Amino acid sequence: MIESQLDESKKKWKKVFLLLILVLLTSFILSISLGSVQIPFSFIVNHFIGSSDNEVWSNIIQNFRIPKTLTSILAGSALAISGLQMQTLFRNPLAGPFILGISSGAGLGVALVIFLGFWLGGFIEMTGIGRNWLLVGAAGLGSFIVLSVVLIASFRIRSGVSLLIIGLMFGSAVSALVSILQYFSQAENIQAYVIWTFGSLGSLSWGELNVMMPVIMVSLIFSFLLSKSLNALLLGENYAESLGLNLKRARMLIIINTSLLAGTVTAFCGPIAFIGLAVPHIARMLFNTGNHLLLTPLVILLGSILLIVFDIFAQLPGMQETLPINAVTSLFGAPFVIWLILRKSNLNYSF
Amino acid sequence: MMLLEIDDLAIGYGGDKILSKNINLSIESGQLVGLVGQNGVGKSTFIRTICGLQARISGEILLLGKEIDSQNPKSIATQISVVLTGRPDSLNLSVIELIALGRHPYSGWFGKLKKEDKEKIDQAITQMEINYLAKKRLFELSDGQLQKVMIARALAQDTDLIILDEPTSHLDLKNKIEVLDLLRKIATRGKGVLISTHEIQLSSKACDLFWCMDFGKEMLIGHPKTLIDEGALQHYLHIPKGILK
Repeated sequence: MIESQLDESKKKWKKVFLLLILVLLTSFILSISLGSVQIPFSFIVNHFIGSSDNEVWSNIIQNFRIPKTLTSILAGSALAISGLQMQTLFRNPLAGPFILGISSGAGLGVALVIFLGFWLGGFIEMTGIGRNWLLVGAAGLGSFIVLSVVLIASFRIRSGVSLLIIGLMFGSAVSALVSILQYFSQAENIQAYVIWTFGSLGSLSWGELNVMMPVIMVSLIFSFLLSKSLNALLLGENYAESLGLNLKRARMLIIINTSLLAGTVTAFCGPIAFIGLAVPHIARMLFNTGNHLLLTPLVILLGSILLIVFDIFAQLPGMQETLPINAVTSLFGAPFVIWLILRKSNLNYSF
Repeated sequence: MMLLEIDDLAIGYGGDKILSKNINLSIESGQLVGLVGQNGVGKSTFIRTICGLQARISGEILLLGKEIDSQNPKSIATQISVVLTGRPDSLNLSVIELIALGRHPYSGWFGKLKKEDKEKIDQAITQMEINYLAKKRLFELSDGQLQKVMIARALAQDTDLIILDEPTSHLDLKNKIEVLDLLRKIATRGKGVLISTHEIQLSSKACDLFWCMDFGKEMLIGHPKTLIDEGALQHYLHIPKGILK
C-alpha cells in the first residue's frame, strides 16, 4: 500500500523540481539580460556561444552581470537553508539565519574596521580590492567569534530554547557595541557602515566568488546530509533522541553548517534580510510539506529564484539608479508572504 | 526473554533531589506492565530515565542484558521505542512520513526506505488499523487518531520494548479501550510494553503487572487484581478502597 503512495508522490515531486529548475534558468537568463545598460538578447546568446563583437558589453556580462547573478544564487540558497535549519533546530517559526547573532558579530567586525580604520587614517587610502577583502575578513572573523561562543554554550546546555535566548542576548550585546562605536564616530563613517548593512550582491569580483562559491557549495551538500536529523528534530528533542539521534552532535553540526552559510554570505554581501526568515515558510506553504528531504532542495531553488528576482527589481532595469537589496527583499517579499497566509487562512499552517 | 532489568535504581534531578530509589524491576517479552501513581510522583522521570533520555542518580539499567550506558543512542533506539505525552512539535508531516521516522535508526544518511523498511511501516499501519488515515497530514487528525499514529511509529521502530507515557490521556472511552486492546495484542505477540497510566480500572484488566509509585515509598509490584483486592493499590494511590473493583 505504502509502495503505491510513494510512487505517486515521487511523480508529483519530479514535476515540481523540474518546474522550479526551469524557473531558475529563466530568471538566470533574465537577470543577465536586464540592467542599466541595454544589451540586446541576441548579443547575450552570441556571448555564450563565444562570438562577441562588443568589448564593453562583453565586459559587462562577464564581469558584472554573471558574478552578480551567481552571487544571488549562492546567497539566496545559503540564507534560505540556514533559516530552514535554524527554524527546525529551535522549532521556532521566527528563527532565521541570524538568530544566534551571526550578523551582529559580522557587523561588529565591519564596524571596527570602518570606524577604527578611519580613526587610524589608513582606511581612506585603501580602495578597491584590498578594502573589500579587509571588510570580508572582519565580517567573517566577527561572526566566527560569535559562533564559537554559541557553540561552547551548546555543549553545556540541553534545552534548545535556552540556547536560543543566549544567542539573542549575545547578539544584542554585540549590537550595543556597534551602537557605541557609531555614537563616537563621524558622519561619513556611519554612512559607510549603514551602506554595508543595506547588503549588496553586485560588488563581488570573480576573485571573491572563487572563495565564496566552494564554501557555500560544500555546506549546501552537507545540508542534504543533515536533512534526516532535522526530520527527527521535528518531533521534539526527546523523540529525536529516542530515535537514535545524538542530540548534541547533531545540534553542533547544524549550527556550524548554518553559520558557515550565513557567515560567508554576510561577510561578502552584508546582512541580507528577509530571505532566510521567509523562504522556508514560503516553501512549506506553497508545497505543503515539512519533510526536510524535500524541503532542502525546494528551499535552495526557491531562495535562489527569489533573490535573483528581487535583485532584478533592485536594479530598476533601464534606469541608472539601483535600490539597496535589503529594501527590495522586504518590500516585495513581505506582501507575498502575507498574501500566501491569507490565501491559506482556512488551512491550519503548521511549520 | 528478559528485555529490561533495573537494579537498585535511583531517579531524580541533580544530587539531592531524589524522587524514588531502590527500584528493582524487570520486563519480559509478552508482558504489558502498567506504571501507576499520583501526579508528580515521578512516573515520567522514571520513563525518561530508563529510555536513556535523562541521567539517573545511581543503579543499573540492563537492556537485553547489556548496560544501557555502554550503548550508543542508535543501538538503544533499535531496542526501546517511546511514545511520550503531548503532541510532536511539528504537525506538518504526512502520517506516512511520521511513521517512516520510526525507521530512522535503520536507514542511511538520506533516510531512504529499503524494502524491509516499507514492510515494517505497512505492518505497523495494519496493526494499528489506521489504513484510512495513511494519506492525511498530522494536523488533520484528532487526538485519538494522532495517538494511534504515534504508536504505529513506535511499532515501525521494531523494538522489543515499547514504552508509552500516558497513551490513553485525552482519549474518549471507546478509543481508550481500543488503544489498550491494541497494546495488549502487541504484548501478546512477544513484545514487552510499559505504559504509565491513570486509567486504573481499564488498565487493570489489560495489564499483567502494575508497578505502583508513591512519595517516599518503595515501588509496589504485583498483579493488578491482587493489588486491588488487597487494598494495597488504593493505599498507594491515596483513594478510598471501594472505588476500584
